[in-house]
Amino acid sequence: MLTTEQPESRGRTRFILKKMLGSLLTLVFVLVFNFVLFRIVQSDPIGSLFRGRNVPAAKIADLRTAFGLDESLWVQFWAYVRQTFQLNFGISYQSRQPVWNEIVSAIPATVALVGISAVLSALIGTVGGVIAAWRRNTWKDHAITSGTMVFYSMPDFWLGMILLVGFAVVLGWFPVGGMTDAGTSATGVALLLDRIHHIFLPALTLTLAYLGEYALVTRSSLLDVMGEDYLTVARAKGLRDVVVRNKHAVPNALLPVVTLTAINFGFVLSGAIAVEAVFSWPGLGKATADAIRGPDLPMLQGLFLLFSAAVIFFNLLADIAYAWLDPRVEGA
Amino acid sequence: MTSLAMQRRRATARRVLTQFRNSRPGVIGFAVLLVFVIVALAAPLLADVRELNPVFARAQGNPQWAAPGTFGVLGTDHLRRSVWVQFVWGSRVSLFVGLAATVLTISIGSVVGIISGFVGGRIDSVLMRITEWFLVIPFLPLAIVLASILGRNVWNIILVIGVTSWPSTARLLRAQVLTVKQRLFVDRSRSLGAGNAHLVARHILPNVSGLILANATLAVPISILTETTLSFLGLGDPSSASWGKTLEEAFVNGAMVRNAWWYFLPAGVGILAVVLAFTLIGRTLEEIADPRLGQAR
Amino acid sequence: MSWPVLSVKDLTITYNSSAGLVPAVRGVSFDLAVGESLGLAGESGCGKSTLANSLLRLLPEGTVTSGEVTIDGQDLFALSPGGLRAVRWTTGAIVFQGALHALNPVQTAGRQVREPMHVHETVASDDEARVRSRQLFERVGLSANLLEAYPHQLSGGQRQRVLIAMALACDPQLLIADEPTTALDLMVQAQVLALIAELREESSLSLIFITHDLSVLTCVADRLAIMYAGRIVEQGPSMDVFQNATHPYTKALAAAFPTIGDPASRKAPSGLAGDPPTPGALPSGCPFHPRCPLAEDRCRTIEPDLRSSGQGREAACVLI
Repeated sequence: MLTTEQPESRGRTRFILKKMLGSLLTLVFVLVFNFVLFRIVQSDPIGSLFRGRNVPAAKIADLRTAFGLDESLWVQFWAYVRQTFQLNFGISYQSRQPVWNEIVSAIPATVALVGISAVLSALIGTVGGVIAAWRRNTWKDHAITSGTMVFYSMPDFWLGMILLVGFAVVLGWFPVGGMTDAGTSATGVALLLDRIHHIFLPALTLTLAYLGEYALVTRSSLLDVMGEDYLTVARAKGLRDVVVRNKHAVPNALLPVVTLTAINFGFVLSGAIAVEAVFSWPGLGKATADAIRGPDLPMLQGLFLLFSAAVIFFNLLADIAYAWLDPRVEGA
Repeated sequence: MTSLAMQRRRATARRVLTQFRNSRPGVIGFAVLLVFVIVALAAPLLADVRELNPVFARAQGNPQWAAPGTFGVLGTDHLRRSVWVQFVWGSRVSLFVGLAATVLTISIGSVVGIISGFVGGRIDSVLMRITEWFLVIPFLPLAIVLASILGRNVWNIILVIGVTSWPSTARLLRAQVLTVKQRLFVDRSRSLGAGNAHLVARHILPNVSGLILANATLAVPISILTETTLSFLGLGDPSSASWGKTLEEAFVNGAMVRNAWWYFLPAGVGILAVVLAFTLIGRTLEEIADPRLGQAR
Repeated sequence: MSWPVLSVKDLTITYNSSAGLVPAVRGVSFDLAVGESLGLAGESGCGKSTLANSLLRLLPEGTVTSGEVTIDGQDLFALSPGGLRAVRWTTGAIVFQGALHALNPVQTAGRQVREPMHVHETVASDDEARVRSRQLFERVGLSANLLEAYPHQLSGGQRQRVLIAMALACDPQLLIADEPTTALDLMVQAQVLALIAELREESSLSLIFITHDLSVLTCVADRLAIMYAGRIVEQGPSMDVFQNATHPYTKALAAAFPTIGDPASRKAPSGLAGDPPTPGALPSGCPFHPRCPLAEDRCRTIEPDLRSSGQGREAACVLI
């Protein structure tokens, strides 16, 4: 019952605050988990650093002190938390540069690639799902459903390999990898075109790989909504079929899709690892793939923390978007 | 077990079987899967395992990078090994890892979900908190980190997939157990003095087993794809050639630049077919376990 | 002079489901004069809601319909899609059951009330639509600030009033009320009934009121039609039918409701044993015979048509 002017805004504020607190707790968990993973499970980080190499015992002992590994777990944990908040994740074994600098320099490439693909796959997948559901059991539905399922069922990097061989190696329409032509001095529009030329295939790969999930979720969500009485009411009012679909059915069916989109944004950041490796796309994914070969543990640790933080952040965003879109969300 | 319960169970099995036979996607998925299971089981008959050894391949006088038709069914790779032999033996590893990891995933997820839903209270909230946390941790990076730390062998890969992918199963099962618990007959048998173990074994488990089976079938594709990705990123077992491992070697050794499509196409098609088959079967089982879904799909 | 606003002739509706053809309405005929009110009663599954939805052609695709429906002089089944949309809500509007999800949960009540005005261009501007929606809310007894409320913020009674206001948005000639008082508590039920009775007095609105609760109809309906298994089994002036039923089914139904809105009596009226037949598997002969206390042998084989049973009254029973 409506008692004050806008009771829902207060309820929503409380809801969002609650979600923020939850996210903070999750972040703490990830920090602890990360510590356990890298300091305790991996019982001898220095030993694994020099795995297979002949290093004097004295040097190892020095390093142990330098890394603070002789201290108690509590002291180590406290130091770790402090360093994490100072964005100090140590030095990469491979590049000998601070991990954070390495990560920061790789972020723009990944955000561009993943951002474009995430938006495109969400848009195309949702539209496909809407068409499939609204025309259920017609040839359109069958084509969209089976097509997206096939893309959904293949390893994304394998799709990338096929596209790369087909369009870059055989046809030569696109470069085989990287973000710009080697040694290019292009600027302005030419540089932009060069970038687009390079991002096309990896972005296509990720878009195709991810749109299946959106199409399937949108389809089943819309099918759920299609049985609702308010659609019969909308039809009875004399609305066109398209208007019934776009104004009444889709806004309700999209609520779960919005959540999925936001959550996926968090996950695709890390999901592009293998695809970036295939296209030598110099982003976080390729950095991860390279770090595995070491293994460059400080780098892996930093990336893992960043990926986790991204997921937590986008989950929170998903909750906020939901609260904003669905008037029924009220703190409860 | 009383004969009555046995009869009822048999009737259920018959009903599921009939419904499954009537679903075209389910039957297609089953047929495809059957083919690959036969290939995996009959691997020793279909392909000489020694061919996987580069030394043997060289001694045989195999050509390098031979296209299909010029040598063998699917050609050879950079080490003169037959791609067909890799495909056949790879199906074994991929299926085994996929199934074993799924068993682990479903076991952890079921135990957590059933305890959480059945016991309730504080234990439930603690377990669900932990489940939510694991849901948030990005699955692939965690698998990568674990695999990097634990080392590269098949059992670690299985462990890593199992440890990282149980949370969604746990959540699903908890919800189902809560529904079953609310039904009257549980209360009735509790009032007759039935113990918790009896309740879980006789009332909860039979009612969630359909869901567990459907969920397990849908978890296999995730396990197989994760194994493929981990192997592709170089975290696979160096001593066992899974399809993912084949893709990695093809990629690392320049099959793409040479347009040696026969090297990486078969393994990917194999993964696609098996994943699709499990997905089709899983969705059919899900519809049978939860008829409401059938209308929605 | 009063030509019928609605004329239904031999309407038959068959659902095409996975289980085969399911007859929901089997040969229903009636006329509704301008300003007249018809009460349609029967147990759930008797076809009354199907009938209501068919009057604006709202049935799912694949449903087989035959017979004739003339609404405001137009042949309903011959209308083009555009013509059909023009008839909807302006000639005939439906008051749906508010307890269900008849209101879109993500739109405000006001927006949903204004929507048909914009669609049919009965208002010149959004401002006019706002003024009109405020008037409509006043008329149905809702405070104007509820226009900005979302459905979940409203009580059951308020939602039902919103649905009535929405139905009145384009001044329809015919109002079809499909169980508008179901699932409301007794007080609210009485208020909604009073509101509908008031609306009828104010204008020449024709009304079809559908319910399973016979006693409700005596306050709002001039005429009663009792449905069983997809057919009208008795009709006539409402007080006559209610107080002096001739068909055994009407008798049982009338006896079943000593009080309004007893929730327990909703599904299985007392004094009437057994369940209504499933439309897919109707009994032979008179479909009521398995539950009829007066059934004879011939009832198993003969399905009687409506025949005169007194002044302005008809019933379908071999005993008449």
